[in-house]
Amino acid sequence: MAESNRELLTRSIFKRNPIALLVLGICSALAVTGQMTTALVMSVCVTLVVAFSSLTISIVRYHIPSSVRIGLQIIVIATLVILVDQILKAFYFELSKQLSIYVGLIITNCIVMGRAEGFAMSNPPLASFVDGIGNGLGYGMVLMSVAFVRELFGSGSLFGIVIMPLTTDGGWYLRNGMLVLPASAFFLIALIIWILRSIDPSQEEKE
Amino acid sequence: MAEESIFRPFYTVLVLAFACSALVAGAAVGLRPLQEVNRQIDQKKHILFAAGLFEEGRTVDEMFAPIETRVVELASGQFVGEDVVDPATYRQLQAAFQEGKALSGDEDPAKIRHLEKYSLVYLVQQGDRTDQIILPVRGKGLWSTMYAYVALDGDLSTVRGVSFYEHGETPGLGGEIENRRWLAGWQGKKVYNPDGEVELEVIKGKSADQPPAAEYQVDGISGATLTIQGVNNLMEFWFGEHGFKPFIAQLQNKDRTNG
Repeated sequence: MAESNRELLTRSIFKRNPIALLVLGICSALAVTGQMTTALVMSVCVTLVVAFSSLTISIVRYHIPSSVRIGLQIIVIATLVILVDQILKAFYFELSKQLSIYVGLIITNCIVMGRAEGFAMSNPPLASFVDGIGNGLGYGMVLMSVAFVRELFGSGSLFGIVIMPLTTDGGWYLRNGMLVLPASAFFLIALIIWILRSIDPSQEEKE
Repeated sequence: MAEESIFRPFYTVLVLAFACSALVAGAAVGLRPLQEVNRQIDQKKHILFAAGLFEEGRTVDEMFAPIETRVVELASGQFVGEDVVDPATYRQLQAAFQEGKALSGDEDPAKIRHLEKYSLVYLVQQGDRTDQIILPVRGKGLWSTMYAYVALDGDLSTVRGVSFYEHGETPGLGGEIENRRWLAGWQGKKVYNPDGEVELEVIKGKSADQPPAAEYQVDGISGATLTIQGVNNLMEFWFGEHGFKPFIAQLQNKDRTNG
């Protein structure tokens, strides 16, 4: 591989961000960004799942017949997601209740499959693992930025700590109702993509 | 890529599937005791919420100490002893599915389909007086079965609190039934009207502010009409003849003879 592991790790955060450039994993980015805590947990879970699924698939990549490779990738990913779900339920029960169905939906998160098929199938284990971590971090970064804006202006708090008391609780801040709704994440992600592409014009699609 | 032969895909899939299922099964079995403990703590928390006894910073077991868990035979309303059903190990939902009585359309507004013979109840005693009773209820909403605890005051008609703890309703719409601000609106409402019928109801829009209607009405949640219908149905069922009405009648009789 031409790229060093360090490059692999950082390129997915800005240069090849899975959400901003590849536009993968949008569904969960809309769903869990209402609060920073859930966004953080989701980022950590996705990072772990992408990293370990890429690692596993890369290790066994010479034994995977191409006719059934998608099925095998799904088996590995589904196993890891169930493990994450079980561990959350055993040790972080409150969080697992908040995330509820979204943990299960990591299976359908396109980033995981995309990295397994697009990178891990043709690269050595360590590089795949690092690539997985990098993509998880890139995903996490966008998630946290969106969640920051949505929680601060939608609910007047950050990580559940009240920054601007809401009028509904007797404070002065009139919440922005749109930011509470998942659809608002579309606008925020679009803004992030715009900013990233202004900084780095090479990300723009060729006409 | 691996060399292709006809059988190769089969056994690669078999080996991998076996390894993965072993992992999943191991995790599920190994972590179950921990998850079970969490679930029980969570249940107790919701019982405490319903009873208004929850305080931040105290352990759940400590707060749960004054609450006594008993088992009641639903049809007769009588307490049953620990020799018949042990409250510590009784799994109510499991009992409903395995040996519960099947309910037919008319007698089953809450659409729970199977009704268990015995139910757990939670009593908060103050001296020899019952301060409040907490009853587990459930019923079908729009998408899912909703589970809740309802705490009744010692007068056996006034709601002390309600806590929905498990449901699969739409987040933000029907899912708002677990919103504590909304649940707070149930406090002080009456379940039974003077004729002994269930009058407690969530209505559309704002509840009346004049008695007598105000005593029985709870504010609605916009966008959650069908969920709320389910909530009303389950209240009607569980406080009716097949639910806890016989038990409540028994308690009232006891009070009368005692005092």
